Amino acid sequence: MLSRTAADLYWMSRYLERAENLARMLDVSYSLSLMPQDGRGNGLDELAMPLLITGTLEEYLQRHGELHAERMLNFFALDATNPASLFNCLAGARSNAHAVRGRITADMWENINATWLALLDLAEQGLSGYGISRFCEWVKERSHLFRGATYGTLMRGDVYSFIRLGTFIERADNTLRLLDARYELLGADSEDPNDRSARAYYQWSALLRALTAFEAFAEIYRGSPRAGKVAELLLLRAEVPRSLRACLTELQQTLADLPGDNGRPAQRLAAELEARLRYTVIEEVLETGMHAWITEYIEQVQCLGDAIHKCYLEVA
Amino acid sequence: MDRQFFDEMYDANGVCRPHYRGFANWLENTPQELLAQRRREADLLFHRAGITFTLYGDAQGTERLIPFDIIPRSIPASEWRGIEAGCIQRVQALNLFLADIYHDQRILKAGIIPPEQVLSNSGYQQVMHGLDLHRDIYAHIAGVDLVRDGDGTFYVLEDNLRTPSGVSYMLEDRKMMMRLFPELFAAQRIAPVDHYPNLLLETLKSSSPLDNPSVVVLTPGRYNSAYFEHAFLAREMGVELVEGADLFVRDERVFMRTTAGAKPVDVIYRRLDDAFLDPLAFNPESVLGVPGLLSAYRSGNVVLANAIGTGVADDKSIYPYVTDMIRFYLGEEPILQNVPTWQCRKPQDLSHVLAHLPELVVKETQGSGGYGMLVGPAATKAEIEAFRERLKARPEAYIAQPTLSLSTCPTFVESGIAPRHIDLRPFVLSGRETRLVPGGLTRVALREGSLVVNSSQGGGTKDTWVVED
Repeated sequence: MLSRTAADLYWMSRYLERAENLARMLDVSYSLSLMPQDGRGNGLDELAMPLLITGTLEEYLQRHGELHAERMLNFFALDATNPASLFNCLAGARSNAHAVRGRITADMWENINATWLALLDLAEQGLSGYGISRFCEWVKERSHLFRGATYGTLMRGDVYSFIRLGTFIERADNTLRLLDARYELLGADSEDPNDRSARAYYQWSALLRALTAFEAFAEIYRGSPRAGKVAELLLLRAEVPRSLRACLTELQQTLADLPGDNGRPAQRLAAELEARLRYTVIEEVLETGMHAWITEYIEQVQCLGDAIHKCYLEVA
Repeated sequence: MDRQFFDEMYDANGVCRPHYRGFANWLENTPQELLAQRRREADLLFHRAGITFTLYGDAQGTERLIPFDIIPRSIPASEWRGIEAGCIQRVQALNLFLADIYHDQRILKAGIIPPEQVLSNSGYQQVMHGLDLHRDIYAHIAGVDLVRDGDGTFYVLEDNLRTPSGVSYMLEDRKMMMRLFPELFAAQRIAPVDHYPNLLLETLKSSSPLDNPSVVVLTPGRYNSAYFEHAFLAREMGVELVEGADLFVRDERVFMRTTAGAKPVDVIYRRLDDAFLDPLAFNPESVLGVPGLLSAYRSGNVVLANAIGTGVADDKSIYPYVTDMIRFYLGEEPILQNVPTWQCRKPQDLSHVLAHLPELVVKETQGSGGYGMLVGPAATKAEIEAFRERLKARPEAYIAQPTLSLSTCPTFVESGIAPRHIDLRPFVLSGRETRLVPGGLTRVALREGSLVVNSSQGGGTKDTWVVED
């Protein structure tokens, strides 16, 4: 496959995954901000979370001066001038898909093109009549549909592989950042991995819901979400599809199956990272300190992304 | 009823022509609301599928739908056989002409075409001189534009031998018609066109001396007006769609950059003009092409379809000589006629043209896409006078033709069903043999009275049926 085609496929799926993650994040922050607060920030600290996680706090403050619920949501949803907005993620995904429309199935292309056309309509109407939760639901639903079309219609070959690589690099990074941010927000409370306060309960269950892992948590642990268990689930459990471990297993397998010798550096790094996770227990993570451990893994996932770029997307 | 134009569906007495009867019956029994609803459905489907083209000079890069008309243009099979034979004959002669002028130049020596008209033509590529091409084929893909005059005769309006486009609409229009009106296809024998991509791939493969050459489609990129078509053809043929940056030349061989390393390329169906192919040989500013491509081409290590330098044969100043070419190379009488043409480079022709500007159509010899032309009867006095000055300043850059009363076909427009002017572009493939699929792209001028059918000028398209009679 052409390197450029692979790059377009990879970035198409990264942007789509990013849009879905952002929608999940926005929805949760918005719901939490509507709950009775402890007086520390009137829900604004919740609303600021997506800004912190995506590294756009500065830019937002420069443009809007202060945290403001509606402006913040719009900044993330439909603001065409915010490079990290859902609007721009979907624009990027559609543009990449357009470039490779000859390589993906008609079902996939029509799906993403229809999403884009509907988004343009929405952007014209504005969100006020539509509602942020409904909008986030819609983005998730479109993402599900696209994944379904991909899974159900695309030949299992290189095209499929590069789409998977983009998805799981983005998802691994996202899960790490979400967990890190929740952990930070809890501040002093998070020092105690067995904190049982109501605040901790809502924080952790919100995170689980954002990752659609609440039911999985309930089934596996049969108890209230607490920092240590949530971290174990989201970092180390292979059976949760958005966990770091699940993402790395997919990345490692996908890379191992790609033909050619030029991918060895990426394949080796993925195998190393996957093996390390496989034989890590949560106590070791907590001993290192959750933030320090996650920071290192964010860097490692970044390295893996760079290696994929060097090995496949920029070769010859 | 007084009919000034040849109408495809009804004869001069308003009686439906035999090959349209099945459709006319159906149309009569189909409520207009249903037609309107199906047309909206078609628009939606085309939009959703992104079957669009990008307008040049539009800063937004707006993607537009080419309006699709649900009333087909129908041609009886007996009549089609003449068109087919005529197109094949014409393209064969044009290929012989190209091989000749880049080798022995017999036609120039015989005094049939003035040498300076060929040799100093900007479409003539010196680099092609003396180069031998596999099977001597220059224009592997040609689009022949045909119109029908008031008396029903077909004329060739122009030959497109560079990178003719529109074939994807021929195929998509058919798919849409079959989806919207399957009952029409069940009731009549309409020749299929869907195997075009298959024929195209065969043609491209046979353009190389190799047994199983690797074929790619080279596009200027996703902002090109015909990008949809490039992607469509690559997908239908199952070959890579590449941009210039995906290719590189090493040791006079062309390779593409792939995830598994460099892979050789043997045949390039290029949808990029000569000037942009190789910045080392042609336009140094171009970032669309492949440095060194020309050297690989001249070494015979890669085939370009179409060849470099085919533009000289579809230049409008060469067009008047095509019928002579047919006689010269094939020793046959032309099956399809040219439109009578005045060459403004000839003083006599020029004075006739200047005296009759309001009645004539004047075209730039290098123009295409309906740009840079004067349609006398539709122009204002000021436009005519402005054109007169341009003509006097550079007469050799223009030709003129009588305003043809292009045939019309009933078309679904705002006010209901009304006649609109049409033309026809069949696509001729030259490989082991010269052939075409039974059909083509019918373009329709949607504005009442307009004769300009180009999509860049707001024209639409129709499905084209060849119907067994």
